[in-house]
Amino acid sequence: MAAILSRYPADRKRAAMLPALRLVQEMKGYLTPETLALVAERLGVAPAAAGEVATFYTMLRVTPVGRYVIDLCTNVSCSLCGGERLLRHLERRLGVPVGGTTPDGKFTLREVECLASCGTAPVLQLNEEYHERLTPETVDALLDSLP
Amino acid sequence: MAAPAQLPPTRPATLLPTGGPAPGVERVVSRRWGRPQSWTLASYVADGGYRALKKALAMTPAAIIDEVKRSNLRGRGGAGFPTGMKWSFIPKDVPGSTGAPSKPRYLCVNGDESEPGTFKDRYILDNDPHALIEGMAIASYAIGAHTAYVYLRGEFKRQAERMEAAIAEAREHGFLGPNVAGSGFALEAHVHRGAGAYICGEETALLESLEGKRGWPRLKPPFPAVVGLFGCPTVVNNVETLANVPAILDRGAAWFAGLGTEKSGGTRLMCVSGHVRRPGVYEVPMKMTLRQLVVDVCGGPEEGRTIKAVIPGGSSSPVLAPHELDVACEFEALKNAGTMAGSGGVIVMDDTACLVRTLWRISKFYAEESCGQCTPCRDGTPWQEALLYRMENGTAEPGDLDKLISVANAICPFPPMGLGNTICPLGDAAALPVHSFVQKFRPEFEAHLREKRCPFPTPWGRSAGAYGPAAPVARGWS
Ligand SMILES: Cc1cc2nc3c(=O)[nH]c(=O)nc-3n(C[C@H](O)[C@H](O)[C@H](O)COP(=O)(O)O)c2cc1C
Ligand code: SF4
Ligand code: FES
Repeated sequence: MAAILSRYPADRKRAAMLPALRLVQEMKGYLTPETLALVAERLGVAPAAAGEVATFYTMLRVTPVGRYVIDLCTNVSCSLCGGERLLRHLERRLGVPVGGTTPDGKFTLREVECLASCGTAPVLQLNEEYHERLTPETVDALLDSLP
Repeated sequence: MAAPAQLPPTRPATLLPTGGPAPGVERVVSRRWGRPQSWTLASYVADGGYRALKKALAMTPAAIIDEVKRSNLRGRGGAGFPTGMKWSFIPKDVPGSTGAPSKPRYLCVNGDESEPGTFKDRYILDNDPHALIEGMAIASYAIGAHTAYVYLRGEFKRQAERMEAAIAEAREHGFLGPNVAGSGFALEAHVHRGAGAYICGEETALLESLEGKRGWPRLKPPFPAVVGLFGCPTVVNNVETLANVPAILDRGAAWFAGLGTEKSGGTRLMCVSGHVRRPGVYEVPMKMTLRQLVVDVCGGPEEGRTIKAVIPGGSSSPVLAPHELDVACEFEALKNAGTMAGSGGVIVMDDTACLVRTLWRISKFYAEESCGQCTPCRDGTPWQEALLYRMENGTAEPGDLDKLISVANAICPFPPMGLGNTICPLGDAAALPVHSFVQKFRPEFEAHLREKRCPFPTPWGRSAGAYGPAAPVARGWS
């Protein structure tokens, strides 16, 4: 946390908001009102200031997620290469709709916007790692390989 | 619930570029891509890296700005604004002070790369982070900034790690830090990661986001050059823009200008995706036409298919019909063709793709990403999406096409008359695709209304090949 704060002017601690929230999220999985209040206090702002940031950004989560978060891109370039059909495939395989988490808490399936990987479409991020040029078969193999 | 599992990297940290230089092209930005360990300082210096920085530090800031102006370098982030001119807008030192400006200045690198269809900055960050750092150092010296932030989109985990490692390496070797290359000039650089919001690519939203707030664009003026990050003069430049700067200083403005056209210097990175045989990032001369790029360089659509539509500069840019493709990949030429160069994201659709489906997906994106500050954008974008959804799914009513146009008109009239009705250009970006798709492909929309269904068996096209064999990797890299 001190390392994060050192990157910004001493009187602009609020600038550390995104890195701080991401750090907390990495440790806890998601952001609770308590952790938000704690971060806000460290940065010298009202808890609401952390709350509005937490709900603005798609990578920040205020609800629990599965152990593996699948962020599948269905924007134009990906869908032109099968992204939307991959989404239907994943919904069927996992038995949850977009946004859902499997009952065993293993997978959360999310639909995201362009991941800047359109030349190797379709793509998904699995816990922030890119997987590109996917087919239903390679997606199945990927999910099967996870403990 | 436990934190999500940390996965080991399942692939090498460097992603291989999928495109390559167009044949016979002088490479500037992609010159070093694909070389072994191209991202390390040792490799960069062996290729002549940081020579330009030393040269620049011996010049006056004004002379550097002049050199960049004469190179005709224009911003690669979307708007194509002349870079040297942007730097010159930073206010000169306040009189009376002892040479030191009264307020700090900042350089912010825009690595948000979220415009659908764009994936070039990612390759720069992966393959040549030191070129960006050298460009940042030169720019910072020219504008008098002692702190530079690299704003990277939140999803760029590997790229952020690589950039952080490169910054640490540069600092260790004295190319950053309190005494840059022994010149006495001080510069610290930091990576700042976003967290998933397209709007944070807009420069004032980026500054808000860096300050720890929601990414809400600011009203302009004041422009960032006067009131930017933390209320201080700030330059925001795209990754590719800055990665060009070392070559300009090294080989001279005249050489760089000579690579391009009269008004745009250098080459461009173009990102080609969608229905082409060889998608990827290609470094091309500005004079190359879109048709040459899509057909000759990228192989065009699959056997037996024809091109139906091409989006030339990211999903915000108005679409082009096949007969409009003989236009150069250059800012003025594309503007004269009624569209824009944008971010260089070329999306190709062949005759099997449904353009109503495509436009619906584009509209869904803008509805999702509108920040909600201005009424026309906040209310209009979901309405556009809903109308298009109805057309695609056969539940539209006869007047819906006119309604769609009137909603788009409320966000930004067509043809655009200067600025739209919104604080930032996202509103225009949401409306212009609607105007251009309907204007150029009206019969397809009417067919959806008439038949009360989507007439395409596989609306995203290329059904058999949709999951087809993976495209070949890394061609043409030395
Ligand atoms: C909605 C919106 C999104 C944008 N996204 C990006 C982006 O992802 N990357 C980028 O470099 N510029 C983006 N821009 C353009 C920036 O506002 C700005 O013009 C650019 O960073 C300036 O750098 P340049 O002069 O080097 O091009 C976006 C603009 C708008 C309106
Ligand atoms: S145009 Fe849209 S995205 Fe831009 S400031 Fe207004 S509401 Fe926000
Ligand atoms: S459209 Fe999926 S990564 Fe760009």
